[in-house]
Amino acid sequence: MTIRPTLDERLSGERLELAAAGAWTVEHARELEPLVEAASGQRLKGRFVRIDMGSVDRLDTFGAWLIERLLRAWHRRGAQATIEGLPDHYRGLLKEVHNVNLAPPPPPPSYSRIGTVLENVGRAVGNTAGDLVRIAHMLGETTVALMRVLVRPASFRLTSVVHHLDRVGLRAVPIILLISFLLGCIIAQQGIFHFRRFGAELYVVDMIGILVLREIGVIMVCIMIAGRSGSSYTAELGSMKMREEIDALRTMGFGTVDVLVLPRLIALVIAMPILTFLGSMAALYGGGLVCWIYGGITPEIFISRLKDAISIDHFMVGMIKAPFMALIIGLVACTEGLQVKGSAESLGLHTTASVVKSVFLVIMTDGLFAMFFAAIGK
Amino acid sequence: MAHAGNEAVIRVRDLAVGFDAVTVLDRLSLDVFRGEILGFVGGSGAGKSVLMRTIIGLLPRRSGSIEVFGLNLGMAGEKERRATERRWGILFQQGALFSSLTVRQNVQFPMREYLDLSDRLLDEVALAKLEMVGLTADVADKFPAELSGGMTKRVALARALALDPEIVFLDEPTSGLDPIGAGAFDDLIRTLQRTLGLTVFMVTHDLDSLHTVCDRIAVLADGRVVVDGPIATMLASEHSWVKQYFRGKRTRAAAG
Repeated sequence: MTIRPTLDERLSGERLELAAAGAWTVEHARELEPLVEAASGQRLKGRFVRIDMGSVDRLDTFGAWLIERLLRAWHRRGAQATIEGLPDHYRGLLKEVHNVNLAPPPPPPSYSRIGTVLENVGRAVGNTAGDLVRIAHMLGETTVALMRVLVRPASFRLTSVVHHLDRVGLRAVPIILLISFLLGCIIAQQGIFHFRRFGAELYVVDMIGILVLREIGVIMVCIMIAGRSGSSYTAELGSMKMREEIDALRTMGFGTVDVLVLPRLIALVIAMPILTFLGSMAALYGGGLVCWIYGGITPEIFISRLKDAISIDHFMVGMIKAPFMALIIGLVACTEGLQVKGSAESLGLHTTASVVKSVFLVIMTDGLFAMFFAAIGK
Repeated sequence: MAHAGNEAVIRVRDLAVGFDAVTVLDRLSLDVFRGEILGFVGGSGAGKSVLMRTIIGLLPRRSGSIEVFGLNLGMAGEKERRATERRWGILFQQGALFSSLTVRQNVQFPMREYLDLSDRLLDEVALAKLEMVGLTADVADKFPAELSGGMTKRVALARALALDPEIVFLDEPTSGLDPIGAGAFDDLIRTLQRTLGLTVFMVTHDLDSLHTVCDRIAVLADGRVVVDGPIATMLASEHSWVKQYFRGKRTRAAAG
């Protein structure tokens, strides 16, 4: 298509003559660079170099820059280089590149390896502490916002709460039911399979009842809600931050927490116990079904056994945790969302962080609850 | 036509574009000639950006043909299209810089993807481009979020010019810039157009740009080009929208 670029050398007396030809363009930049490098490394007899550009049929920034690089290389070695035969319409381009890259490029910042490791550890510790402080801040601000609502109930954003309740509550029901049901089935199947060896199949009912009502029911729902709703809270608030919507709200005299965070948190705190209850029931149902089909435990036996094995305490222990978990997920999600900076990458990072941190905190809190309930003998 | 002897690098014929029931462009025809700066104006929502996005292939057309460098893009295969795409650069209205890459990486991105060059040459050319659009080397390692509006536009222009394209599409290049910044940007476009021999397709609302840098202006109204020609033609036109646009209150102020 285009003519391959060349750079021929000829020594005429004291003067080195270079003849450039062909298309000195971006498509050929890869071939051009070695040509130019070779030419600038030429041994020099005299002090004069002449570059004849008469046969160059196309020239663009890449070609022009390489010519300029060649000129500078000769110049540094004390030679006088001139260009001849350049078509007029390329003169401006060559003049333009003559004025660029004069300052040496900024050196890449250097790091020491140990220093970097130490720095990263330090930053991680600082960030963790910062996270806890920020979550505490958010909790405080939300409490204050809640107080304001209590003092002036008219300022409560009911529509917003109902909207979020629909999104994080009602629309989450099918998936929560399905996953909890399957989990109940799996626990029952594994229990029966292993307990059968001891002839203790019936204890599977105890295990399912206690495990599901106390721990698994609420934890599974929390993990699913953190992934489903927590992440969407973070992404929503984050993109609102990126598009300056949050700044707009603030300048109109609305508090971010009052308008955006509080309704979301309230919706989550209301939805979570309901979802936990539904999830637990689905898991018990699944467990009962597998006990019947796989373990031969009829529904009558299952229910009477369940009645003996669990008390209302087990149920209450599970349910009482749900609103606290909801609060943690909501606080982490909103805090992360408001931390988002301008870039798409930052949005992704904070959404990931929101899910990871809320799942971690939920499980840690669950451990604390377990210790607490053990201490009070429930 | 004054440009009859010149080569038309973009040739749009009877183009129709629409969304669902709405027809935005209706049998639009337009030529863009090599080496000119074409200003493309029209009311808000008239479909200026739609035309630009249709030419560069981001929107589907209903009928009509678009030829770029003599290649009918509707008929062209994947490979030919890619080759053509390398020969144009686009400056999006908001800059559309990749927010996770630094300025230097943004400018180098198309070069890295299409060319197999040494790191040294990549760095030198990227910095050269940044300087050519009026920036200094110290912005090279900043992220787009740290740039001002004018700097973002300049970096985006440097990225659009990364592969030394023959055509540059500019979508409202001076919107959001102060008059001094906008004037400087106009000069920059003019200078680059001269030194690099560019063909510029500029969607704009800026009357100053139209007066100072555009060789030719095309006016879009009712889904087609109603008038085209140099600024004198615009001022003489009796089309009601063109009259309001070029001879309205704001225009007189701009023309001084």
